[in-house]
Amino acid sequence: MSILSMTAVQLGRSIKAGEISVAEAVKASLDQIRALDPALNCFVTVDEEGALRRALEVQEKIRDGSLTGPLAGVPVAIKDNMCTEGLLTTCSSKILGNFVPTYTAEAVKNLEKAGAVILGKTNMDEFAMGSTTETSAYGETRNPWNPEHVPGGSSGGSCAAVAAGECFYALGSDTGGSIRQPSSFCGVTGLKPTYGTVSRYGLIAYGSSLDQIGPVAKDVTDCAAVLEAVSSYDKKDSTSMRRTDCDFTAALEDDVRGMRIGIPRDYFGTGLNPEVGAAVLQAARVLEEKGAVVEEFDLSLVEYAIPAYYVIASAEASSNLSRFDGVKYGYRAKDYDGLHSMYKKTRSEGFGPEVKRRIMLGSFVLSSGYYDAYYLKALRTKALIKEAFNKAFEKYDVILGPAAPAPAPRLGESLKDPLQMYLGDIYTVSVNLAGLPAMTVPCGFTESGLPIGLQLIGDCFQEKKIIRAGYAWECSREGFKLPAMAAEAAEQEVR
Amino acid sequence: MAQIITDETIEYVGILAKLELSSEEKEAAKNDMGRMLDYIDKLNELDTAGVEPMSHVFPINNVFREDVVTNGDERELILKNAPETKDGAFKVPKTVE
Amino acid sequence: MSRQYETVIGLEVHVELATKTKIFCGCSTEFGGAPNTHTCPVCTGMPGSLPVLNKQVVEYALAVGLATNCGINQYCKFDRKNYFYPDNPQNYQISQLYLPICHDGWVEIETAAGKKKIGIHEIHMEEDAGKLIHDEWEDCSLVDYNRSGVPLIEIVSEPDMRSADEVIAYLEKLRLIIQYLGASDCKLQEGSMRADVNLSVREVGATQYGTRTEMKNLNSFKAIARAIEGERIRQTELLEDGKQVVQETRRWDDNKESSRAMRSKEDAQDYRYFPDPDLTPVVISDEWIARVKAAQPELRTEKLERYQKEYGLPLYDAEILTGSKHLADVFEETVKLCGRPKEVSNWLMTEAMRLLKERELEPESLAFSPENLAKLIGLVEKNVINRTVARTVFEVVFAEDADPEKYVEEHGLKVVNDEGALKTVIEELLAANPQSVADFRAGKEKAMGFIVGQTMRAMKGKADPSVVNALVRELMSR
Repeated sequence: MSILSMTAVQLGRSIKAGEISVAEAVKASLDQIRALDPALNCFVTVDEEGALRRALEVQEKIRDGSLTGPLAGVPVAIKDNMCTEGLLTTCSSKILGNFVPTYTAEAVKNLEKAGAVILGKTNMDEFAMGSTTETSAYGETRNPWNPEHVPGGSSGGSCAAVAAGECFYALGSDTGGSIRQPSSFCGVTGLKPTYGTVSRYGLIAYGSSLDQIGPVAKDVTDCAAVLEAVSSYDKKDSTSMRRTDCDFTAALEDDVRGMRIGIPRDYFGTGLNPEVGAAVLQAARVLEEKGAVVEEFDLSLVEYAIPAYYVIASAEASSNLSRFDGVKYGYRAKDYDGLHSMYKKTRSEGFGPEVKRRIMLGSFVLSSGYYDAYYLKALRTKALIKEAFNKAFEKYDVILGPAAPAPAPRLGESLKDPLQMYLGDIYTVSVNLAGLPAMTVPCGFTESGLPIGLQLIGDCFQEKKIIRAGYAWECSREGFKLPAMAAEAAEQEVR
Repeated sequence: MAQIITDETIEYVGILAKLELSSEEKEAAKNDMGRMLDYIDKLNELDTAGVEPMSHVFPINNVFREDVVTNGDERELILKNAPETKDGAFKVPKTVE
Repeated sequence: MSRQYETVIGLEVHVELATKTKIFCGCSTEFGGAPNTHTCPVCTGMPGSLPVLNKQVVEYALAVGLATNCGINQYCKFDRKNYFYPDNPQNYQISQLYLPICHDGWVEIETAAGKKKIGIHEIHMEEDAGKLIHDEWEDCSLVDYNRSGVPLIEIVSEPDMRSADEVIAYLEKLRLIIQYLGASDCKLQEGSMRADVNLSVREVGATQYGTRTEMKNLNSFKAIARAIEGERIRQTELLEDGKQVVQETRRWDDNKESSRAMRSKEDAQDYRYFPDPDLTPVVISDEWIARVKAAQPELRTEKLERYQKEYGLPLYDAEILTGSKHLADVFEETVKLCGRPKEVSNWLMTEAMRLLKERELEPESLAFSPENLAKLIGLVEKNVINRTVARTVFEVVFAEDADPEKYVEEHGLKVVNDEGALKTVIEELLAANPQSVADFRAGKEKAMGFIVGQTMRAMKGKADPSVVNALVRELMSR
């Protein structure tokens, strides 16, 4: 078996056992990146030198026993919206095209403490705004299962890189589905934790009240192990939660007997691709056979989540992104006439169309005379949506449904009609509005060979329940497999 | 109710957001924003009377820092990414006429 | 002018709180320092940085609110005020709009027109902006974020003031309360207390307020008084000419004694406030309020009364001494050391105040230690130096905080009580001034004064005047 088809935890075990060196693992990843990334464009920055240097350091620490965790020595990719000291961090935007942070995001620091080796920074929709990774200023990322299709977004680079074996796991961020939807499109496992579980310090904000960092991995086991490593209470993040139940790997049990699983009828309406619907329901049946109590119910308010989400996320984004002005860091326009001209030219040249669209919308909904009608209305809707979930979780341990209404679209299709693209977020955004944990687990392929993902939603702080359900489902099927193009490349490297 | 976004509105939002749009971008923005606001108006179907607007999902409060100096002189780092600096400060176009 | 107008004034007072660190990060608030040396990712708006609230800011805001009779919003929040300007690194200021910490208070002021209550609409917490330095050579501006994130409270009054006198009295009152609480040093020159003036005029008897303007850039009480007068005249003239006052922000230029509108088309004045998602609400319990109340130090009114009762000072003296927290502190410390309140008060009221006035300084600038004033008083009391010499020594104490004992020793200023030496000097003087001796013997007392003066001069002021007097009389009468 090629190193590259191993999961992160398997690789970690082999490294600990001395069967594979950290440098070997890093080199295998770098070779795969070299072979595939010209076609896939998963990375904005590859830090070859840094990764090889770090590999030796980590190897030494494993040898002397100071690093013992399951991820020690395992190569990782980081979404390009998390600050990494000394390593270019662009948010896939021209406006941060030359930004080299002077500090490292808390979540990334936690990974470093666990012995991770950072390969580089992954491509994304500009400032995490988009569902396809086509809004990146550095070219779109392609889906390793079919390069004519998008990988999803905004964590498309992270998800495609994991799927293609260019890294063993990755960090993504999820504001409205940005981990779960591309995980579904790329056939990988991705988890958005309960809001406040992973520190946001050093994550370049899009929608602060919705943003969470989470793992993108090859399977549920890896996902749990990575989440365990990145979760922490951080006093630098006022919204960080003190949790004492972050031993997520303890939930890796193939046992769903008595687990109450609810399937929202309103998730299976007219907008849903039948192949996706069938695959998801098939998975539900498997869990039922394993002893779970599965039942349909009406979640309600589903159609109000997208408008509420776009008002809140755009409003916060319009404010969060105002700091990019050509004064302190990043891009500054060349020709301008005075201060305000500098601001306007810098921002107009530095931001892409989707980011501008959301900043405009966000500025508008907060402007004088519209605040109550739009912003407060959206916050009230959010309260109702939260209430609907609360009600559902009185009856169910886990909510099961699709992660996206359809498999990955072809490149270039989505951006033609932004509103239509937003509608694809229907199953994911409400989870962010309510601060809930949710995970995408692969559940099959369409006839044309595109992955389909299943979404498991838990109540706040109930990651363990969705991990257990996901693990049980995973145990019933084959493990992680590389797509053909990636498997071929990996084979060539072995030879 | 269809939202008609006027040139003035786009102009005004451009001032607020410090964005300068080309005439094609303006036309596109008028259309996009109008459609989006129409869609958002769906929220008006919901009766939210008496519902408290929810900013934070969890009722956490009183997250404080003690009043102790923890940072030293980091000027070099702070200025490292600046497009233009002078005498240890960020250089910008003149702010007064 | 046929119609009678009245001026309606409300103030927005910004006060920098005396915390050691900034409101949302662990950077020092120390004044001065080379540009950007008190900065970090948080107070320079680096991508990914997040604010965490300094608890002491809430404590101080609460203390000021309680001392100004405010109600407390026991659930309060921070909002973002969005506007682009380079002194504001995030291009939004974290402030409080929807639920400020304090509301509906008042303070009582006293002017020549009598006593009056001035309402406080609200007090909110917010962060200060950085400083812009204008570089004339290169025609650019330079941004220093050392002040960015220094905690402020903004005290918004009701439009209850009608004259510059009332405005100054209100500001003095706030300043004393806040200084006594230790929440700020409130120095106008250094900008730790700043006031924006909202002013409108209306015909006497009108029930509606006129259109107001907001005046900024007022750096002293004198500038505030001049700006109020200038704006009152400007608005009255507009109304007299049948024109409208435009609601706008104006910048006062104290050198030109005139103001101009700050409006530009890039200033939409639409701040798009919304709750800051990076900060959690502040919940203030009854216990917390009780604790802050209990910890409230003696305020000016109480001190004023105590100085009269405990130290037997006249009202006038007590008012001056308590008119500055620092002056009152120096007074009390010195009294503690030497136990002579009347004497300490005299030194401060006469000599200290005279020197401050000469140098155009505020009482806050008194820099000598109570120990040295106490020592000086001790030297006089023990007759080691006479009062004339003591006044000279005080000037040195005032200027350099010198140790008076050492200074007197080093400069040989001790009183000379050597009768032999004095006698020699006096006898020489008498021999040189026979006319004075004759006059004295003829009953002219004045003639003796002349010899006494000459003796003191010859002794360079170091002789004990009573001893000199007795000796001169004795020798002249012989």
